[in-house]
Amino acid sequence: MAEVFVVAGAANKLTYEMLTMARGLGEVSAVVLGAPGTADAIADKLSEYGAAKIYVGEDDALDAYLVAPKAEVLAALIGQHRPAAVLLPSTQEGKEIAARVAVSLDNGLLTDVVGLEADGTATQSIFAGGIVVKSQVTRGVPLVTVKPNSLTPEPAPAAGERVAVEVAVSDAAKLVTVSDRVTEAKGDRPELTEASVVVSGGRGVGSAEQFSVVEEFADLLGGAVGASRAATDAGFYPHKFQVGQTGSTVSPQLYVAAGISGAIQHRAGMQTSKTIVAVNKDDGAPIFEIADFGVVGDLFKVLPQAGEEIKKRRA
Amino acid sequence: MKIVVLVKQVPDSGLERHLSSDFTVDRASASNVISELDENAIEAAMALADAGQADEVTVLTVGPDHAVETIRKALSMGPDKAVHVQDDAIAGSCAVTTSAVLAAALGTLEYDLVLCATESTDGAVGGMAQMLGARLGVAAMTGARKLTVDGQKLTVERQTEDGHETLTASTPAVVSVWDSMNTPRYPSLKGIMAAKRKPVTTLSLSDLGLAPDTVGAAGATSKVVQAEPRPPRSAGQRITDEGEGGVALAEYLASQKFV
Repeated sequence: MAEVFVVAGAANKLTYEMLTMARGLGEVSAVVLGAPGTADAIADKLSEYGAAKIYVGEDDALDAYLVAPKAEVLAALIGQHRPAAVLLPSTQEGKEIAARVAVSLDNGLLTDVVGLEADGTATQSIFAGGIVVKSQVTRGVPLVTVKPNSLTPEPAPAAGERVAVEVAVSDAAKLVTVSDRVTEAKGDRPELTEASVVVSGGRGVGSAEQFSVVEEFADLLGGAVGASRAATDAGFYPHKFQVGQTGSTVSPQLYVAAGISGAIQHRAGMQTSKTIVAVNKDDGAPIFEIADFGVVGDLFKVLPQAGEEIKKRRA
Repeated sequence: MKIVVLVKQVPDSGLERHLSSDFTVDRASASNVISELDENAIEAAMALADAGQADEVTVLTVGPDHAVETIRKALSMGPDKAVHVQDDAIAGSCAVTTSAVLAAALGTLEYDLVLCATESTDGAVGGMAQMLGARLGVAAMTGARKLTVDGQKLTVERQTEDGHETLTASTPAVVSVWDSMNTPRYPSLKGIMAAKRKPVTTLSLSDLGLAPDTVGAAGATSKVVQAEPRPPRSAGQRITDEGEGGVALAEYLASQKFV
């Protein structure tokens, strides 16, 4: 049976989604590239979700320089094993590794993929979710970056046999040094792009302090907090939580838009959400055109009242 | 320092966008504009020029004849000149082959720094800076929210999924930027008038030494085989809060099993 690579950087939901998706194409081999110790931390989970083999390439150089060393090692591994496809996370790093490998192997690359058929045909959502396309790679080993929340991960325990990979990094891959890496405390909330519930605030929230209303509602539903570009540009909420064309694209089970008008720039980042709820004072706000449930009203009254009612129902 | 800024003409993301019958982006009937983040790349270049750190800024684009509108728009923000790679055989190129065309065009230019957007608003692959870095054998620094130039030393600060990081490299380099980096200037009337007279060099594939069948639809590494408009979302239930809106919202969420 053909081998399928899944490039796994962390034990997280997106990795499990990729491992689940890859099973449809062949036998799954995870590829772990990073500093020494990276594989130890995640190998059990990779086996649990179906990795028959785990290729492990560990070297400090893989984290000390930006993506090029990882791309070099991955390209060499693809050359040796010629997998049926290579799945990578559709994250900043995953897309950049894929881009370099695509050039060095003259291979096709498909990004932000949400579905993959046995023959390698990939489903993507383009133009702000307005068109669904199916694409195929026509040259080389298909490189596919997978978007979070594309499917429900299913465990399928496999052997997870570890195979050491030699790491030889050329000087050409050491041109960009990562001189400082800061992990910002993210608290207890789920990752924005992985959360099954996202509650976002927009210009209508009015200030950074008042974003607590959005945060409290998100916490009540166990969701992540997002913000529209208007809100991040105004400094109400940090830029990294921006949902939209120039921010994150999210596709949760439930998306709550509070005080967001719903400009195309924002809709581009959230309109593939399963259920959309909008609260806005302006009954002409375009967000209502795509909302499954809309409340025309003051978010500072509606959200706290809904929160109280939810607590009552849980009591 | 000499800077080249990459720009791309794209269908306006604020309007309805379509694919042509061959599943390529319909650029002919669309209302075309400069890809939004490209303006941040131009602004970054002009800020360096204003600070006396750049003595030449060149705009480079690959696109059909009408991409010249985007070149003029870019030049109106201040760059000195432009290069337009135009060849009918390029139509239908994938990102991988487009990067080969751009790399060949950059090979004809002098540059210390190439600035571009982290991604375009149409294809949104987000890989061009790394593809060019790999092809040209130069540093590729991506997703910059801040760029500092000190002689040949470049420092980029960028946001990551779980925090931020600092990247360092030496010129020559490709640096891609996000909109968090700056606020693009509005072209002045003087800038718009001056842009009409700035030199624009047009290059064909043969000027770049590229065979037509290695690019475009013929040379693409991937193809779209089917495209369907997503069924439009229709508005669902809407209520107006008259004191019980929050309760109604909670009831709806409970009915959908979110509570």
